Amino acid sequence: MTGNFWRYTALIALKDLRIEGRSREVLYTMGFSASLVVLVFSFALASATDPAQGPIVAAGVLWAATLFTGTVALARVLDRERENESIRSLLLSPAPRASIYAGKLIATTVLMLAVEMLLTVLVGVLFSAGVFSHLGWLALVLILGTLGFASTGVVFSAALLRSRSREALLGALLFPIVIPVLLAASRATACLFDPLSPDLEPVAFWVRFLLATDVIYIALGLWVFEPVVIGE
Amino acid sequence: MSERHLRVAKVCKSYGRQRALVDVSVTFAPGQVTAIVGPNGAGKTTLLGILSTLARPTSGEIFLGDEPITQSPAARQSIGYVGHEPGVYPDLSAHQNLRIFASLYALADAETRIQAMLERVDLADVRGDLPARAYSRGMLQRLALARALLHGPEILLFDEPSSALDPVGARWLSEELLRERDAGRLVILVTHDLDAAAQVAGHLVVIRRGRVALDRVEPSGFTAAQVRSLYEEALRDR
Repeated sequence: MTGNFWRYTALIALKDLRIEGRSREVLYTMGFSASLVVLVFSFALASATDPAQGPIVAAGVLWAATLFTGTVALARVLDRERENESIRSLLLSPAPRASIYAGKLIATTVLMLAVEMLLTVLVGVLFSAGVFSHLGWLALVLILGTLGFASTGVVFSAALLRSRSREALLGALLFPIVIPVLLAASRATACLFDPLSPDLEPVAFWVRFLLATDVIYIALGLWVFEPVVIGE
Repeated sequence: MSERHLRVAKVCKSYGRQRALVDVSVTFAPGQVTAIVGPNGAGKTTLLGILSTLARPTSGEIFLGDEPITQSPAARQSIGYVGHEPGVYPDLSAHQNLRIFASLYALADAETRIQAMLERVDLADVRGDLPARAYSRGMLQRLALARALLHGPEILLFDEPSSALDPVGARWLSEELLRERDAGRLVILVTHDLDAAAQVAGHLVVIRRGRVALDRVEPSGFTAAQVRSLYEEALRDR
């Protein structure tokens, strides 16, 4: 990777974040839907949850809400390029197509992580989960899980850029592919939320698993993004 | 401005079994406006896509001077494109849009060029924080031209740029096209509007069913009647 690649990646990520900073529509939509999902689950599961299952439920709710809101972010970040056909201007610029992918991936991950911070606090409060007991590990799991989800999502979202029913198709195509990431992330998160089992060995295993999956997904994304977005 | 010609050499493009372009060979000269006309589905936009490096030909090559440019990231620096959609970010102002593209093209004197472009397209006096979403169609197309010219490209590609403009906007765009031609740029215009083609073109290319049906240069320009008659003749001939 050359210095140029990183320069263009940073430019594209900053551009997307600046646009979001002006409109804030993705952050507000994601934040609102995420809070709603956590609230609904917390009311529905309040009396039904066995205390021993609490960490597993809390982790499941956190990642279900992430999946839901992440799809909103993915659809919108790429949808902005479709409006006014600005994707064409971007593709015609000297920016390598791989850095367009990397820039979009970084911007989507940053937006998702911003909402996940709110989600984590909500889950901590409403499910009495120990979100602050291993904060460093939790941050690592959130970052790796989000990267794994977004790395595939950006490719599918770009592929569906000109499709009429892209919102419906995005979930249907993306969710089966990201199942390994979500399972690993929620298992690791459940271990971290469990105050009775401070054993970090399974967490380290799932973190290594997430890291390997992310490397594979990102490498594939960098490779296939150009033909996918050009529609060749 | 460079004196390099843009040469399309035996370009074919197929989508599955459907052939969109068949053995297309044309040479475009700098300091000239070429109008590419033809019926719907003739392959005009496909050809423009290949010229802009956004699509790969199935066979054949495009040369800028002696340099093959198909899918070359460096060649993209030489191309400016204006389509019927403006290709700008609606949530950002004109200045912010141009600043993003100035960074992508790594322009050294970005602020000076942005100001010059905004003045040229008459957007310098628009409220600085007004997002492009609030612009009229004409203003958006002026911003699109500023974006396309910002990096000083050798080649300017226009795809039905005046399709949604009022007559005043369309006339303004034609004048800008001629101004770029006089500055020595190689200008290619894809259009359905034969009168608009006649106003600006010194080189007329008619595409029919993916093939070049007519390729005629007239240094003194064409009249509307000439363009119409050549077009009808080209479509009737084969």
